[in-house]
Amino acid sequence: MATKNVDLRHFTGFKSLTLLCLFLLYAPLIIVMVYSFNDSNSITRWNTVSLRWYYDLFYGVDAPKFKTAAINSISIAVMAAMSATVIATMAATAMLRAGKFRGKSVSFALINLPLMVPEIVTAVATLIFFSAIGFTTGYLTILIAHIVFCIPFAYLPIAARMQGIEDVYEQAAQDLYATRFQAFRLILLPLMAPGIISGFLLAFIISLDDFIITNFVKGAGVETLPTVIFGAVKQGIKPNIMAISTLLLAVSVGFVALSYFVGRMGEKSNPTTTKQGD
Amino acid sequence: MASFRGITVSNFWDRMSKDKEIAVDIQNVTKTFGAFTALNGVSLDIRDNEFFTLLGPSGCGKTTLLRLIAGFEEVTNGAIHLYGQNIADLLPNERPINTVFQQYALFPHMNVTDNVMFGLLRLGHDTSKAKARVGEVLELVRLSDFADRMPSQLSGGQQQRVALARALAPSPKVLLLDEPLSALDLKLRQAVRLELQQIQVQTGITFIFVTHDQEEALTMSDRIAVLEGGRVQQVGSAREIYEAPENKFVADFIGETNLIDVTVSNVEKGKGSCVLPGGAQIICSAAEGALVGSGHLSLRPERIKITASGKGMLEGKTVRHIYLGTDLHIEVSLTSGSHVTVRMQNSTQIKIPNVGQSVGLDFEASSARLLVD
Amino acid sequence: MAELPKVNPEGSAKTYSGFGIPLILPAWIIIGFFLVIPVAMMLVYSFLTKEFRGGVIWEFSISSYDQFFLYRGLFGDSPPVIEWTYISIFWRSIWQAGLATFCCLIIGFPTAWFIATRTGRNKTIWLFLITIPYWVNLLIRTISMKFLIRDNGPLNEFFLSIGLISEPFHIINTNFAVQLGLFYSYLPFMVLPIYAAVERYNFALSEAAADLYASRTVTLLKVILPTVKPGIVAGCILVFVPSLGAFLAPDLLGGAKNFMIGSLIEEQFKGAAGNWPFGAAASMILLSLVLIVLTFYARNQTKGQI
Repeated sequence: MATKNVDLRHFTGFKSLTLLCLFLLYAPLIIVMVYSFNDSNSITRWNTVSLRWYYDLFYGVDAPKFKTAAINSISIAVMAAMSATVIATMAATAMLRAGKFRGKSVSFALINLPLMVPEIVTAVATLIFFSAIGFTTGYLTILIAHIVFCIPFAYLPIAARMQGIEDVYEQAAQDLYATRFQAFRLILLPLMAPGIISGFLLAFIISLDDFIITNFVKGAGVETLPTVIFGAVKQGIKPNIMAISTLLLAVSVGFVALSYFVGRMGEKSNPTTTKQGD
Repeated sequence: MASFRGITVSNFWDRMSKDKEIAVDIQNVTKTFGAFTALNGVSLDIRDNEFFTLLGPSGCGKTTLLRLIAGFEEVTNGAIHLYGQNIADLLPNERPINTVFQQYALFPHMNVTDNVMFGLLRLGHDTSKAKARVGEVLELVRLSDFADRMPSQLSGGQQQRVALARALAPSPKVLLLDEPLSALDLKLRQAVRLELQQIQVQTGITFIFVTHDQEEALTMSDRIAVLEGGRVQQVGSAREIYEAPENKFVADFIGETNLIDVTVSNVEKGKGSCVLPGGAQIICSAAEGALVGSGHLSLRPERIKITASGKGMLEGKTVRHIYLGTDLHIEVSLTSGSHVTVRMQNSTQIKIPNVGQSVGLDFEASSARLLVD
Repeated sequence: MAELPKVNPEGSAKTYSGFGIPLILPAWIIIGFFLVIPVAMMLVYSFLTKEFRGGVIWEFSISSYDQFFLYRGLFGDSPPVIEWTYISIFWRSIWQAGLATFCCLIIGFPTAWFIATRTGRNKTIWLFLITIPYWVNLLIRTISMKFLIRDNGPLNEFFLSIGLISEPFHIINTNFAVQLGLFYSYLPFMVLPIYAAVERYNFALSEAAADLYASRTVTLLKVILPTVKPGIVAGCILVFVPSLGAFLAPDLLGGAKNFMIGSLIEEQFKGAAGNWPFGAAASMILLSLVLIVLTFYARNQTKGQI
């Protein structure tokens, strides 16, 4: 005798749809990854497994182009992420630990503004701005534009972490003769470290991955990894594109996993969640 | 070295007055948070080398007062003087006062030694001297073996002692303790109470102790200030507060008491002439401000003796026995209607009246106190 | 006993009070200077005249907006007639974005529900699985979709090899391809807010409904959906808004014939054929559309309906 499924959480077909969803999301990526190891010249005929296209990336005809682009991407990402992290940390301290001040509610909207404006609008506006003030587009314009949209991404984990730390520790520090700056440096900052690192990693990957804004403000001379990949794709998908895509994919995923684990480790050492009995 | 606007903790003592008798002088302090008044015209003198307790139920303002003294809140009205000097302008890190927080607030990312050393380093002491001092203090609280542990590795009682050590290490003149024993279980609490008293005597530091537990207040303090609704209800030693409560709140909050309706015919020189329900008359001590007319007498349960019916100052019928191990509480319903609790020792020698039995209640006039209504 | 104050005296979090403004200043400077002012400049530019080689002449004109909405003949002197080209591009973008939102919802809701109703470690694993693709570069994801569906791509190869079709499906460079691209790009954005809302859903409500004789479908429609609505709406906005201004999907998957707003705008800034004021105008119109959607959302939130 069949027992009826009385689990109220269960709806028929939802699991299949979920599996379908996951399949749809992963299939194109997996296919790209698989084909990147394809030995054949054509991208659709399958031959044997080989690292040929990875070698091509590093030593082939296009290699210098990719290498410069990679250096640009990474250096911009590091600097943008660092700047954004510093600015976001200061902003979080202001929003969460400085009581009331003029313009506080507007500030919250301001910090999230880059997330609300469509990317293409940001791209256009930034290009127009630099052109209007006569600032030549290039590396620096890319960097500045990246700092802007990295700020909200760095802010999120930093603010979340700071909110979880009660301010009684900083009060205790002041009670013990620390100036407010010392309380910040010696107490708040170390306790917030996981959030700050998380924020940095997040900002880094967002910067690394950006295409639209970078494409608009880069001018003619500078390329980043996404723009150079885009340019190559416009000329037709070659196998080494598959390879670089796979690499970039692995880097993105790796970074996010790292950010997640740092966050989790931070969670374990969160001062408010570790309560001891007697 | 913590220095702001030229005031350092060390030169604080150069500026203080010669009169060291009053450690903390709270002058008519009012504190409001928006529409809410936490403290209303509070005035207290806390003496040097005293174990002073702020006692009251939750929300009475005792913690707020502590935070004002420590410097985490600003006074709305009134002034606070520390050894004669007004400290209103000073930030917490400029006041030579240290706090033991209710939740200990040990820095989670530092071990015990670093925690205890923190204040000393901020004051500019060099590391070796600081470490020596840390050793001293840890011995005082009997935690020398735990110097390298992290706070998360300590039990609640041990954390509490680290918090104490941390606050004692910079040798403050005044130590603030915000309900530090509330998280501990009973046996531990009793042991720590004794320790705290000993440490206070040994170090000579003025302790300002906040609690809602009257037993703690009574056993540990030199003097107690009872607070309620943002006001000081009474200040005095444990004996004064217990034996001579000023008003109903204090009489009721400290220990147990019976409130007996009386008619007051005269109040003179601290004594009141009262007529008890049932007609008997007594003259007993009166709280300052007691008035002629209807009033209340405070009578402690342990001061009442049960006698034969008709032979006592009050008359009533036994309603209930409550068995408490060491004590017996006998609830008596007076002929006037109100209930009185009598406390008897659970001894085989004393005859216990049966339920329903008519009894007389006897007490000495010195045991009764006329209250301010 | 006195009433407890609304402000908790114990943790009022004003450790650094007085330093609020200096601390928030860098964020204000960077975002103010490099986003707010640029958008304002964009507004100004939309009212300027186009320069031949790209760029602008600082001369006020509403010709961009005029050009967008009206057609004045080959020589610019015929009586104005509504110009449908650009409006239709916007309109098509709106319904493409809407359709993508709808598809994401149909697949996303069951997925979010399923994951949120898993237990313990399983739930974390599923959640991780669904978010990983989000973290792959959008460009890479679009490229991989392009690779998959092209005429001689693996998908067609597969169908040909199993004899399902005799000629390759021409998917690339169609509306459908763009749809697929949008759906693929923003699906996780639909799943996550709904997941968050379902996580907070109190299953006692379902039990109460069942106790009152409601079937599962009825419970879904009348109890669950209304309660989870905030998450659904958030998800829809998170898909609709980026889809509206999308560039990569229409460009890489749609080709020349399937212009959306993003491609239209991009074209205006590409070298000599570009028309900066016009591009600025089109961007302003897009921004206005997005702001209207967001304002509706914010209004509904404060009204407590969502």
